[in-house]
Amino acid sequence: MGPKELKKGVVVVGGGPAGLAAAVSAKASGCDDVVIIERGRMLGGILNQCIHDGFGLHRFKEALSGPEYAQRFIDQVQDLGIETLLNTMVLSINDSREILASSREGLFRIRAGAVVLAMGCRERTAGAIFLPGTRPAGVYTAGVAQNLINLQNIMVGEEAVIMGSGDIGLIMARRLALEGASVKGVYEILPYPSGLPRNIQQCLKDFGIPLHLSTTVVELHGRARLKGVTVARVDEARRVIQGTESFIPCDTLLLSVGLIPENELSREAGVAIEPLTGGALVDDTLMTSVEGVFSCGNVLHVHDLVDHVSEEADMAGHFAARFAVGEMKPRDSYIPIAPGRGVRYVLPQKISGEMDVVISLRVAEPMEQKAIVGRDQNGRGIFRKKQVKLHPAVMMRIKVKKEKLQGVSSMEVGVEG
Amino acid sequence: MKKELVCVICPNGCFLEADVVQGESGTEVRQVEGALCKKGVKWASQELVEPLRTIASSVLVEGGEIPLASVRTDQAIPLEAIGRVMEEIKKITVRAPVRIGDVILVRPSGAACNIIATRNVSPKGGQ
Repeated sequence: MGPKELKKGVVVVGGGPAGLAAAVSAKASGCDDVVIIERGRMLGGILNQCIHDGFGLHRFKEALSGPEYAQRFIDQVQDLGIETLLNTMVLSINDSREILASSREGLFRIRAGAVVLAMGCRERTAGAIFLPGTRPAGVYTAGVAQNLINLQNIMVGEEAVIMGSGDIGLIMARRLALEGASVKGVYEILPYPSGLPRNIQQCLKDFGIPLHLSTTVVELHGRARLKGVTVARVDEARRVIQGTESFIPCDTLLLSVGLIPENELSREAGVAIEPLTGGALVDDTLMTSVEGVFSCGNVLHVHDLVDHVSEEADMAGHFAARFAVGEMKPRDSYIPIAPGRGVRYVLPQKISGEMDVVISLRVAEPMEQKAIVGRDQNGRGIFRKKQVKLHPAVMMRIKVKKEKLQGVSSMEVGVEG
Repeated sequence: MKKELVCVICPNGCFLEADVVQGESGTEVRQVEGALCKKGVKWASQELVEPLRTIASSVLVEGGEIPLASVRTDQAIPLEAIGRVMEEIKKITVRAPVRIGDVILVRPSGAACNIIATRNVSPKGGQ
């Protein structure tokens, strides 16, 4: 006998912020049998370990901690009677939306009317950035340290260096300082910080933690436990400037050097991946290249605000439900959108032109007093949004009304003076 | 005197420039530029006189499904009081169940805030 077989309307893979919002939205949009499959033992995903506040300012107009933000969605999931499968791992998804999953009860298959991919992202590791030197204990990714300290009551060390100035690294610099560790400094290879300006202030400056730009860790020292790191300044091409090396004694190194959308399942399902985002290529319903498979949250592109993840997941859940109940017409022509000058990526990468659309984008480098401009195939302006400050650390979301898309057959979004 | 600061209220992180004078009653903030909203102006005026912050940490839980419950201040407190408040938080152990919003500590170290739980922790093995 083969594995048990189930049939469901919308299957949401992942019970973090994206999955929770997508499931709630799918149910509210008319799909009766929505199920969330979560590999961990609780819903909420990474929000469980993000105990600092600042979540929900857009969504709920108040500053919540991560667990509180998650609980608001978990309550809705429970109130709506949405089925959740915890400690359950999706092993594969195919292009006919057949899912193979495993739990303590064994293997089972689900035939899904629609699938929402909401697996989130993972952290880039020491190996992934080819960090030179020995491989002692005491080297953690910032998120792993956050999990150990905030959920498991395990302190990671006493003297820490943070490599990379991503938001999680900044948040953890403050967390370590609050717990009594000495944080020696944050070392960022780029000439500007990767994290939000508010976190530079409230996580570093408030605690007197120095931020060193155009500086990076070039060697780890120590055998059993980390004894220190060598840092050095880098030039504009990120090459180490000889003679600028210095040794910083420490027993802990936290890496905050980037996040990677976790798309192994998506690839196996045949979902086309956009190299610029590391996530799926999607249309304006957030449907991927595989019919009936949708994507949202950090598995689609790395966000800086959970409020935006929820907003995106609302949309993916809504359209997944419509697809599952047979209300979404297949379409064969789209308006492609491409990033232009000064823009690193745009999402969605193609749109119908028949409904309002929210375009997410990141700029390539920090700039001031510019405008984000969308132009059609003839160079005609579709939208123009002036910005005082532009920063790659800040994902922008721009709403474009469908009326503006009449006669548009392709679009390019760029930065103009 | 011009002072530059970064507003921490929301992710916009506005760069503010404030005009500060030392009056008879201490620091006075005359004008604030660069804020996208009114909250930023008010925040800058406070920040230059007495910076306020909210902080988050966690407390030990006995008999819970997980060993910690996250907590935070329910009001912003003076930045300089954070160290003392953290010391009080570190001394606390609570018993499961814990519910979001439970008051864990009242006015720790005399600060004008309570420490409230920010996650539910069910008792071990039960609901």
